[in-house]
Parts: sequence; structure tokens; C-alpha cells
Amino acid sequence: MSTTTTTYSKKEIWRWLQEVTDPEIPVLNVVEMGIARDVTIDEEKIIIKITPTYSGCPAMSAIEKEIKVKLAEKGVENFEVKKDFSETWTTDWMTEEAKAKLKDYGIAPPGKTTADDDFLKSLKSTKVIPCPYCESLDTELQSEFGSTACKAQYYCHDCDEPFEHFKCI
Amino acid sequence: MSTKTKTLTKQEAFFEYLVRLADDRLILGHRLSEWCGHGPILEEDIALANVALDNIGHAASLYEYAAEVEGEDRHRDDIVYFRNDPEYKNLKMVELPKGDFGFTIARQFLFSAFSFFLYQGLAKADDEQFSGMAEKHLKEIKYHLRHSREWVLRLGDGTDESHQRMQDAFDGIWTFTGELFYMDEVDELLIDEGLGIDTSVFREDWKNLVTDVLEEATVTVPDFDQYMAEGGRKGLHTEHLGHLLAEMQHLRRSYPDAVWE
Ligand SMILES: [Zn+2]
Repeated sequence: MSTTTTTYSKKEIWRWLQEVTDPEIPVLNVVEMGIARDVTIDEEKIIIKITPTYSGCPAMSAIEKEIKVKLAEKGVENFEVKKDFSETWTTDWMTEEAKAKLKDYGIAPPGKTTADDDFLKSLKSTKVIPCPYCESLDTELQSEFGSTACKAQYYCHDCDEPFEHFKCI
Repeated sequence: MSTKTKTLTKQEAFFEYLVRLADDRLILGHRLSEWCGHGPILEEDIALANVALDNIGHAASLYEYAAEVEGEDRHRDDIVYFRNDPEYKNLKMVELPKGDFGFTIARQFLFSAFSFFLYQGLAKADDEQFSGMAEKHLKEIKYHLRHSREWVLRLGDGTDESHQRMQDAFDGIWTFTGELFYMDEVDELLIDEGLGIDTSVFREDWKNLVTDVLEEATVTVPDFDQYMAEGGRKGLHTEHLGHLLAEMQHLRRSYPDAVWE
């Protein structure tokens, strides 16, 4: 009675995954976020590997659930959404388009991560984050913790607007 | 307690090790969550809630992996909600009541500094899933260390009152810092297997980091060689853990079949 998994193509699955968005940042989907990492199809089932972004991110279980709902909606019966820790999620996995969308959405996107071997020495240093509204560099970190695990709070001294920055990890 | 003659298997030791790590982070996360709605300023209320979430998130992935290692088809929630205090293996430090903001910050700083060194080691463990988890947690631990360090400096080198409170906090918690470096047969077996970390290796680094920050904050560094409490890793706790567990477990035990929808 079950449909065989081999009737689905990987391309199709990836396209469906692109329809699943992050509930906390609805302009981004799980593919451009770098959350959906891998799709494998064998005779028995389709396996989708996802890598959690932030450990304490409550959106992760929602995302997992939404992927399941999406596949079920598309008629897929045998699948598994598997959390994988073998690679560590980094904001470097976000695509350039994703970063541009973030900026348009009013969140200062993450820059490139840098190796911080001298983390202890650099404990004090904070990077300059341009304002997503007016591009000013005259901004100030208000708190390293924002409305969600992935964001820090900044303030722009030029346009006097508070804004959020997607932290690079 | 019967004396143990039975030797641990690698699997048993690894399960125990993961649960100890997870218990530290869950209990600390719970204590931090008690600040939600009670933070001294809005940014700190949000920050502590975020750090609490990180810790509980770390615990969740460690428990999940512990259950997998155990292989008895237990859900991580069974481990969390259906163990009593003697079965919890967290450090005593993390179960102490949240105290004032200074105490919470002192604990946060000492524990994050320790975690920073520990998780650097664990990120190289000979197990892909475990080391990957540790590497991920380490990224967040760095934020926790940066955050707590800044507050130690600001409050320690602040007003007379904030200075005194910071000093009292470090003096009060100091007796619980020795246990950070407690090791027993579980650690020994796993160090040999490339899964555990010999914490004595970074003890001096930890002391130096703590000393530097406290001195910069004008806080008198208490004696590292004073009497130190232990027992948490063996399930011997302060009276505070029982109260915490009662609150945390009560709902789940009253309605064991309840699910989030
Ligand atoms: Zn601006």
C-alpha cells in the first residue's frame, strides 16, 4: 500500500523544504538558513538531516514539526527528520541572499565569523555593526542578548533607532 | 552506600558522564529561569532568560544523547522528571538558590569560565556527535563568559554597595568551587577512552582567568586552598535541590501523560 520513496527526487524535496520558514524570522526558509543540511533517499525512507542553530532556540522544535507537516502535506509517508550534531551550525552557512533578506527585514545580518583563538584576550572587544536602516557605523551594543537566542540589541546614534543584530557564531 | 566492587563498562561510564554534564546545565538553567520577570533591568531580564534557555538547550541535547547511549528506549524527559535528588549528579554550586544579582553573576562567571575550558576539551572528544555538541555549546558558553565577566567588573569596581555584594557573593560561593575539578572512576575510564577530560590539566588556567578578572574588579580573591564541599557527583546534595526538583517535576508527575500541543 505504501508509495515507494524512490518516486521522489531530491530536487523536489529540497524545493519543499524551501517552503518551510523560520517562525521567528519568517522571511527566511530552512534551506537558506543552513538548517536543512542533507537529503538522502533510499527504498525505505527519506532522511532529512537538520542541524540546530542555537541550543536554546525554541523555534527548532517548531521547525522540525513544520518540516514533518510539509512532507506529510506533499504525501510523503516514510521519512525521518534527524538532528545531526556532527557539524556545528554557523552563520557562515547562511546564503548571501538570506543575509540581504535579513537586512531588508531590519535585522543587521551576521558578518563572517573569525577564528577567535585569542578569545580570552578579546573578551572585551565588540565588532562595529552597521545600522540596517541608515548604514551608519555609529552604533552601540546595548546587550548581547535580544528578543531571541540568535540576536543582540544595538542602538544607532545617527537615526536614533534601536535595532537587532543576528550574532555571528 | 555499598562499596562498589563492580567495574564500570565504557557505556555505563559514558551515560553517567553525559548525565552529570546535563544535570549541571539543567539545574543552573532552572535557577537562571527564576530571574525571568525579576531582572534588575529589562536587558538583564532578557539576557538571563536567554542564558537559561541556552543551558536548558545544552541539557536537552546531552540527555537525548545519554538516552541513546543507554539504549533502553528512554525519552530524555524520563531522565529529567523521574529521578529523585540522590540520582541527580550536578555540582552543588549550580543548585544553590539564585541569591541576589551579584551571587547569580558570581556563579555564572565561575561556572562559565570552567565550562569554557572544559568544552574546549570536549569539542575534541573521540565521538563525532558528542564533540559536535560540545563545539556548539562552546560557542554559546563564550557569550555567557563575556556577559558574566563584564558584570563582575562593573559591580566589583562599582559603588561601595555593589562592591561589597560582589565580594560577599564570591566569599559565599567559594567553598563550592573545588568540586568543579572533582574526578572519579567515571572520568578516569573516559579519559582513557578519549571521551572525557582530565580537568586538572586546565585548573591553573581557570585559576588565572578568575584571579585576573577578580583583581581587575577589585574583589579580594578568596583562598583556592580553603575547605571545599563536594558530593554532588555522588548524589549527595544540599537541601536546596529537593525543593527545586519538587517545583520542576511536580506538574509532570501529577500528569504523567500530559504532552505539549
Ligand atoms: Zn541608523
